[in-house]
Amino acid sequence: MANRISDETIEYVGILAKLELSEQEKEAAKGDMERMLEYIDVLNELDTSGTEPMSHVFPVNNVFREDVVTNGAGSEETLANAPVRAGQSFKVPKTIG
Amino acid sequence: MDIKHLTAAGLGRKIQAGDVSVREAVEAALAQIDQVEGDVHGFVTIDREGAFRRADEVQKLIEEGKLTGPLAGVPMAVKDNLCTKGVLTTCSSKILHNFVPSYTAEAVKRLETEGAVILGKTNMDEFAMGSTTETSYYGETRNPWDLNHVPGGSSGGSCAAVAAEECFYALGSDTGGSIRQPSAFCGVVGMKPTYGTVSRYGLIAYGSSLDQIGPVARDVTDCAVILEAIAAHDPKDSTSVGRKSYGFTDTLTENVAGMKIGIPKDYFGDGLDREIKNRILDTAEELGKKGAVVEEFDLSLVKYAIPAYYVIASAEASSNLSRFDGVKYGYRADGYEGLHNMYKKSRSEGFGPEVKRRIMLGSFVLSSGYYDAYYRKALRTKALIKQAFDQAFERYDVIIAPAAPTTAPRLGSSLNDPLKMYLSDIYTVSVNLAGLPGISVPVGTDSKGLPIGMQIIGDCYQEKKIIQAAYTVESMREYARPVLTERRREHTCPAFAESGRECERPAFTEGIEKGGW
Repeated sequence: MANRISDETIEYVGILAKLELSEQEKEAAKGDMERMLEYIDVLNELDTSGTEPMSHVFPVNNVFREDVVTNGAGSEETLANAPVRAGQSFKVPKTIG
Repeated sequence: MDIKHLTAAGLGRKIQAGDVSVREAVEAALAQIDQVEGDVHGFVTIDREGAFRRADEVQKLIEEGKLTGPLAGVPMAVKDNLCTKGVLTTCSSKILHNFVPSYTAEAVKRLETEGAVILGKTNMDEFAMGSTTETSYYGETRNPWDLNHVPGGSSGGSCAAVAAEECFYALGSDTGGSIRQPSAFCGVVGMKPTYGTVSRYGLIAYGSSLDQIGPVARDVTDCAVILEAIAAHDPKDSTSVGRKSYGFTDTLTENVAGMKIGIPKDYFGDGLDREIKNRILDTAEELGKKGAVVEEFDLSLVKYAIPAYYVIASAEASSNLSRFDGVKYGYRADGYEGLHNMYKKSRSEGFGPEVKRRIMLGSFVLSSGYYDAYYRKALRTKALIKQAFDQAFERYDVIIAPAAPTTAPRLGSSLNDPLKMYLSDIYTVSVNLAGLPGISVPVGTDSKGLPIGMQIIGDCYQEKKIIQAAYTVESMREYARPVLTERRREHTCPAFAESGRECERPAFTEGIEKGGW
């Protein structure tokens, strides 16, 4: 099943992945993905009808706790990692016109 | 007595007895780092000042009788995807080149409570994606047994540093074999516990349903001691499991009488190096002579493990790594236009090729139209693989397998063919998919002098059985250490050289000294 990855698909996946690829990177990504998917297609040999998808190996359920704050404020330490900050906030480019 | 040759537990006893001070232990490790780090490059960050400050603190607590555990005062290293408060944590990525966490990962914290002294942060494949430690933004780590070979990955820095005696033990993380495979390549003991045994709080996530933190050590005893220290139920990790017993050192006995050992025939066919095959089957035979019941069987589904793994791991990675966007921490690109362009530029400039490859694949298999065909198909395959192991463990106490199909490949021989690199995880990924515990223990060297690791796999929660089997295997031979006096380095990873940049260091942080690059 060759050429399933069209230019449009790479463009679309780039949008989903929030990655900006150069023309050269796009070509490489097309090739890599094509090869990986061809390889992954071996899974189609397996009859999985009647098998439930397993996301976790143990039957884990939602874990609830009382909504009590246990960590301290620590906002200064957190903000210390900000690429750009403004006072007590993370600064980002303007998002609305 | 040469301090650096001691095991972690051996050093711990001498520290308790007052024969060695914590400062002396730190000095011995740092002296070895000075000696070999230029060649091995196991570390991204070395925190000398912090280690000495901590050594004095721990020494005082030991003298006051407040720290009496086996790891008190023992210098160790932490894989650079585990958060350490106040110490740079890069995940070996440019995108986290300046990230200083405001908290410490639970597993590390538990070791600190036991009196661990952290020497620094170890190199790894970028975001733990890779099998050679060559995808690190900060340059590759080299195998102490032969500097022209890779240490394996992704916990290559941790394993190389332990093998080269730069630290007495280390923490690694294992998503598809990232502790067991480099442990095999570096001739050390590495263990991936049952999923949920060690809290993932503070581990920078790659594939959350597969990731597990574990010990890298010089012997099986150290591995069990470290696991006892880090394993615990943690309310901060909702997948953390409360175990009935944490006495992992209870089964450090040379005894396999009556133990039922399964050898999956499908793990010993084409693609497995003949020397590795012979060494492991010989070891199994020796276990048979010691009273174990060794039997071959068909595990089945082996060829489906890697495709299922890459779909699931990449899908989870694409979601987990969406947090790196240049807003709250890490790298932010210059010269962007608007918010979305800032995200895109920061991520595109901050992530390396292997990380981008997996984010793209993960985004694709999760996209509408492909979700059922790929992602759900992989989850169904995972269920079948788990069933196959369940059936095997109805008959066997442990399963013996290779840790990898070859010994450590030469630097630069893996990255140009990602699919080939992925195939090197063939014996390890199933264990992650099924959530099982596995350990890699050295069983000698091949004709090139490179270590061979044997993997022992147990059923969920059966760490004690694999520890007992591994301890027995280890008792069959002397500990072998690499000879690092002979400098044989003649090579730099071509992929790295081609990128046309100098081996960079992470951004300077006050009080933290960087590794030898």
